Amino acid sequence: MIYLTRKVEFSASHLYHNPDFSPEENRRVFGKCNNPHGHGHNYALEVTVAGEPDPSTGMVLDLKELKDILQREILERMDHRFLNYEVPELAGKIPTTETIAMTIWQLLEPRINNRGQGRLHRVRLYETPDLFVDCLGNGQ
Amino acid sequence: MKIVLHRRYRFSASHRLHQPGWSQDENFRMYGKCANKHGHGHNYVLDVAVTGPVDPATGMVTNLADLDAFIEREVLAEFDHVYLNEQVPAFRSLVPTAENICRVLFDRLRPYAHARLAAVALEETGANSFEYAGESWESP
Repeated sequence: MIYLTRKVEFSASHLYHNPDFSPEENRRVFGKCNNPHGHGHNYALEVTVAGEPDPSTGMVLDLKELKDILQREILERMDHRFLNYEVPELAGKIPTTETIAMTIWQLLEPRINNRGQGRLHRVRLYETPDLFVDCLGNGQ
Repeated sequence: MKIVLHRRYRFSASHRLHQPGWSQDENFRMYGKCANKHGHGHNYVLDVAVTGPVDPATGMVTNLADLDAFIEREVLAEFDHVYLNEQVPAFRSLVPTAENICRVLFDRLRPYAHARLAAVALEETGANSFEYAGESWESP
């Protein structure tokens, strides 16, 4: 089994707010992340695809195809956006790193698993170099 | 979906690799410069990985304020800017190699109440890193 990883970066803003919480509770639970004007990060996304290389190409998945999938599904949706308001898949959710990673998994899995031999194995999303989340889907 | 959240922390500490039951020659043969009498230091980077269900009310596996406070209390307050051999009781009778530091930290962090500890990883320098996830762990 080969694990292939491609990285992309995007920049976006967000805020954490639960409308079921009181203003005090929102500030207590979410701290500075509750600022109503939002704040931003440079996110780094690493997408790992697992599979056996196709004997005729030597590839698990054509990197050009993976690049196009990431461009279309992730960067065009999320890069330079306010995630709470401009990404329909995150509407009404709290766009924590956990939630964004799970959303990215859901967007990528049907695209990647329909191509060739590869299966989406891991979505790793860095919010900062010191905070990142791995989404491993429903396997493992 | 399985989510693993990683948070990185830094501490700087000195240590000496030395087995009191061995001769000086044996210690230098095994540990080289690391056996020097007065110790030496590193900037350690600790990666703490926790896992668990994502709380729908917060979008989080764990609130980072809780994790940060726990790590501050359990690790940084005791490990940062100290001589590990002399000032951390666990290393009075255990050589503070990065392997042993990983195991001590894993056991110390396992009681974290808000999520399940998945693994700890320790970078001793940019070139050396160590990961430990408990005795039942099989390397990925």
